[in-house]
Order: sequence, then C-alpha cells, then structure tokens
Amino acid sequence: MEKFTTHTGVGVPLRRSNVDTDQIIPAVYLKRVTRTGFEDALFAAWRSDPEFVLNQDEYRSGSVLVAGPDFGTGSSREHAVWALKDYGFKAVFASRFADIFRGNSGKQGLLAGIMAQEDIELLWKILETKPGTEITVDLEQRTATADDVTVPFQLDDYTRWRLMEGLDDIGLTLQHEEDIAAFEAKRASYKPKTLPAKHLPKVDIEAARPA
Amino acid sequence: MAGTLAEKVWNDHLVRRGSNGEPDLIYIDLHLLHEVTSPQAFEGLRLAGRQVRRTDLTMATEDHNTPTLDIDLPIADLTSRTQIDTLRNNAKEFGVRIHSLGDADQGIVHQVGPQLGLTQPGMTVVCGDSHTSTHGAFGGLAFGIGTSEVEHVLATQTLPLQPFKTMAINVHGELPPGTTSKDIILAIIAKIGTGGGQGYVLEYRGEAIRKLSMEARMTICNMSIEAGARAGMIAPDDTTFEYLKGRPHAPEGADWDAAVEYWRTLKTDDDAVFDTEVDLNASDLEPFVTWGTNPGQGLPLSANVPVPEEIADENDRIAAERAIEYMGLTPGQPLRDIKVDTVFMGSCTNGRIEDLRTIAKVIKGHVKHPDVRVLVVPASARVRLQAEAEGLDQIFKDFGAEWRNAGCSMCLGMNPDQLAPGERSASTSNRNFEGRQGKGGRTHLVSPLVAAATAIRGTLSSVADLAENDPSFANLDIDAIDGSPLAPLDPNLIVQV
Repeated sequence: MEKFTTHTGVGVPLRRSNVDTDQIIPAVYLKRVTRTGFEDALFAAWRSDPEFVLNQDEYRSGSVLVAGPDFGTGSSREHAVWALKDYGFKAVFASRFADIFRGNSGKQGLLAGIMAQEDIELLWKILETKPGTEITVDLEQRTATADDVTVPFQLDDYTRWRLMEGLDDIGLTLQHEEDIAAFEAKRASYKPKTLPAKHLPKVDIEAARPA
Repeated sequence: MAGTLAEKVWNDHLVRRGSNGEPDLIYIDLHLLHEVTSPQAFEGLRLAGRQVRRTDLTMATEDHNTPTLDIDLPIADLTSRTQIDTLRNNAKEFGVRIHSLGDADQGIVHQVGPQLGLTQPGMTVVCGDSHTSTHGAFGGLAFGIGTSEVEHVLATQTLPLQPFKTMAINVHGELPPGTTSKDIILAIIAKIGTGGGQGYVLEYRGEAIRKLSMEARMTICNMSIEAGARAGMIAPDDTTFEYLKGRPHAPEGADWDAAVEYWRTLKTDDDAVFDTEVDLNASDLEPFVTWGTNPGQGLPLSANVPVPEEIADENDRIAAERAIEYMGLTPGQPLRDIKVDTVFMGSCTNGRIEDLRTIAKVIKGHVKHPDVRVLVVPASARVRLQAEAEGLDQIFKDFGAEWRNAGCSMCLGMNPDQLAPGERSASTSNRNFEGRQGKGGRTHLVSPLVAAATAIRGTLSSVADLAENDPSFANLDIDAIDGSPLAPLDPNLIVQV
C-alpha cells in the first residue's frame, strides 16, 4: 500500500445521499476473478447518463470525491472500495459513512474522511462554479483545500497512522515478522506439511457420462 | 490453569497476544484453497509483490464449480472455467500444491484434507469456505474465512483474531437404530437456532459423540456453522488416532509417538468452565428432516409441517409462513406425505465412504421410486474409487441412481447439477436456503438413511417406514456400518512427489 501524506487532484461533487455499495458497484460485477480493473463498474448504473458528473470532461479525471451523507451503506462487498480506487480516487469525503465501508477503505488505502455537511456544501459550490478545480488533501493536518478555502476533516488516529505509513492489514502483521519466525522455529516436527506431496498411487479416474 | 479444548488449541497457536483491544495473532497450520474464494487473494499478493509464505502448509483442490459428468471435456460454463483456470495458474505461479479435476486426490476440500492425513488433532485449519468447521472433528480449531483473510494467511501464515466464547454441547445416551450423526446435528440446530452459536466455538461432548466414527463426527462439526458458530470441535481419542494412522501425511515412527502424546493432552480439563452449556439426549432422537428454508427449521420425521398460527414468537411465525409458502407445503401436513422429485446423496456433510455404504446397504436389490431422480456424488475421487472397489457403484446403478464424479455439485448448484424451479429434493447436504440448489428449488435436509428410504418410497421416509411394506427391511443391520474408513492404508503404497 502506498504511503499517503498529501494528495492534489480534481474534486468531484457527488450531490447524492445514501449512495449504497450496490450503486457504487452492482452485484453482477462480483463474479470476476480479478482485484483490479473495476473502474468500468464504478457507479455503473449512472455512467450511461450523460448528465452524471463523471461523464463531464472537467471531472472525468477526478481523484477526490465529495459526496452526500451516508456514503457506502448496504452490502459489505470490498469491491466497492476496489472500484473507487481503480477509477483513480484517493480520497472520499462525506458527513457520514457506513461503518463497514469506512473499515474496508482504511484497510485498502482509500482515505474516507468525515467532513461537516456545511463544509461539503462549500466545496460543492467551488467545484460546481469552477469545474476541474483541484483539491489538496493534507493528511498530516487533516485538511482539504480548494482555491482559497481550507476545511478540516476527521479521521481516527489509528487509520491516519496506517495510511501515512502505507500499512495494510498484511503490512501490519508483517511488522511482527520476527514473532512469526520465532513461532515457526518452535513448531513440532510432527506437524504435517503439504510439500513434498504424499499420496496413494495415481489412478485414472473414469469420467461419468450422462445416462 | 484449567482450560477448554478450544482455549488450549488457541494458546498453542499464539504468535503474539494483542493488547488494548488489538486482536491476538494466531498461527495457521493448514490453509486449504479452492477456486471460488482464492482468485482475488492471489491477485492481491501479486499487486503487492508478495509471495506465499508457506507453500508447504498450503494446498488447493477444485470442487465448487467442477462438473460431475464429462470431466475430461472442457468445462462448458465460462465463469466456472475461468475460476478453475485461474486457480491452476495461481497454483503454478506461486508454487502451491493442487489437486485438479481428473486427479485421484481431487474432491471437496473438507474431504481431501482428512483423507490425506493433513488434518490432525490440535491444528488450526482455515479455508475460504464456511464448512471448514468439518476439520474440527479431529480436535483442532477450523473455521471459514473471507477472501481478504485468505490473502492475509497466504502472505503471513497468521490471522489477527479476537478470542471466541466457548459452548459445550453434551450429547448423552445412545443413538437409536435408524438414526445417524446427521440427526444429532439437525436436532441441535433446531434446538439452539441458526444464530444460537454466534460468537462461539462449540465442543461436542458426551457418550453419544464418543461412540461415533470419525466420519460421523465430521458430519456434526461440518454443520456447526449452520448454528451460527465459528467452529465446532470434538476432543481426539483412539477413534481419531486409528483413522489417522497410516494416512499419507500422518506422522510416522517416533514422530507418531510424540504426536499421540501431545494429542492425548487435547481435551477440556475437568474443572474448566464453558461460557454456555447445552444438553441433548441422543436416545430420544428419531430421524430429523427440515421442512423450511433454514437448517434450524427441522422436526422429527413423524411430525407435521408447523401451523404458523400456533407459533407464539412473531418473528418465528412470519419466518414459518414465508418458508411454508416457498416450500409449497400445507400447514399441518404430515412430513411423511411430502413427495420429492430428486434425492441428492453427497456433499462435505454426507458424501463420504461410510455414507455411501450406509445407503448401499439399504437400497441393495431394490429399484428407486419411478418418479424420483437419484444423484450420487462422492465427496472425493478417492471415495468414488473406494466405493467402486467395494462394488457400491453397481448397487447404485442397479437401483437406478446416477453415479457421478466428485465435487460439491448440487449442494450449492454452482455447476450444472441444479434443481429446476419448484422442484423438491431430499438432500444429504447442509443448507436448505431459498434457491441454494437451483433457482426456485426446494430442499429438505436429511440423513443418508432417510435419503435412501425416500429414494425407494418417493416421499420423506425412514428405514422403519420401509419395513411396513417389505418385511425384509426389518432385518437390516444398519448399526454395523460405521467402521472402517476410507482404505487402503498400507503405508508401502504411499508415494512422495
């Protein structure tokens, strides 16, 4: 996971509340076997609407999403975060997030910052008046700046630390690599190993046929 | 300090104890993989430039999607084929052992681990599949995990986990003839409910459990998840050791002695305290079947479909109304009168050699009911080979059943083996959710004995029911079936690759 300190990119105003994870990515995309390439699935139902914000040239390259309250409700699918990240988003701001979505974001390196609704409105006004305006997100200071307006956002200390250190769950566990290695060194010799493989002799399996 | 079996296994795998609400870091002894929940985990490793930490504690099989017919031909369903191909490529790229379709060691992951002797007492076993609880029958801590956790285990061979609570399930008495371990677990789930085990590791104890064979114990632990529990376990004993001895990956020589010495310590101390205890008397049991759309909606076969108006709890009443409607049943109707279209014999719950022997013993010399389709799907290719060596395949074919290749098959209908809308099955599997076996399909969960009797009579039936019309069934020695597990166990036959 990349370390996050500051990021500057085009802000996208998403004037909708209760954007659930089915809207972020519909279930039909969950059959895939990949973890990347979900950018086409992001907001799939809205992408055919020419009026939709991401279909407008000025916002197309957006990387900072400014959304309405209760973002990311519904199904726990991790794909919702993957889709936002794959599209290029680095940060999402809203006045309220669903817990599971916020948890998933932290683990996957997407900044989900809580911002007062009046500050969201302020940013929306700037982004809509001057489409393509860039927002600078400063994680150290926990602020977002567009033009001459700087507003604060909240992110718990633990998640902020993880983002700044670029640590996902696995990265965190690997900080204890020495403990793991020490444990492995003490494991009993009779514990089974899958390799080298041992099994009964190979036998040809007859294929069953339809009756 | 006195401890329960679950606590002992937990403590033996503690890499690091968490503090201030931080989870404990637990070491994983065996990580099993299949094609459905692993692709994105491998993709995650690739994206982060990570390796599989312990390929020697990892193994993959193909089971959820695999066809049970024409397995030598390309898989027709594109999604299934992509998932299988992806698993094969990932196994190759990361150096993971894989048993593919057509290989004698292919099969449902929860059968393959135990039959190879990879599942042993006191181990931590995980897999991206909720029925991983099966392996707890050997006295280990075994549970299902999500795809992110699969990636975590691949990369670190550990999992950050919060400790579970413990629940003792004491099963007293002795199973009456005509009942099996499946009836025990269906009765437990009906008693504590599908959420009754939430947050707990269940330990099955008592006289009735001690008398069960290893495979019968696996059936019970397998369905722990249907009671909402994270895992289920049974303390190892001589039955466990006998099952393991001589299996390809079982310890040998001095290692075997050291292992058994350790395994014998794996039991709940007399003065240990469980967070909760539940009691059940096996002697009172009769064959259990489900009538509804969750595994907790079960009743003895002699009962009637519930009448919702008579159910006091409002949520239960509404759930019963909806289930009865979906299942196309009439309140008050005797369960014995329910006609089925399909009998499915298989799955990680009841697709093992003892299950097939039990069924074969009942149906031998008989022909299935003309209106019923009977599908027999062994849990693994070795189980199929063993059954063929014993001539069971011929008994099934003479009966009019379809003798298939191994896999998860109709348990979850991810391959072509599905129920048509409105079609009704008696199934030896583990879940009767709406649409589980095919869109609009209706599932009654049953034991292998009930499946056999139902296939003959065409309606949900017990073996005792068979004797009503045909006295020859009265002399069936079905008690003597649980016994020799999947053979042969001649160590000279084992090959190392």
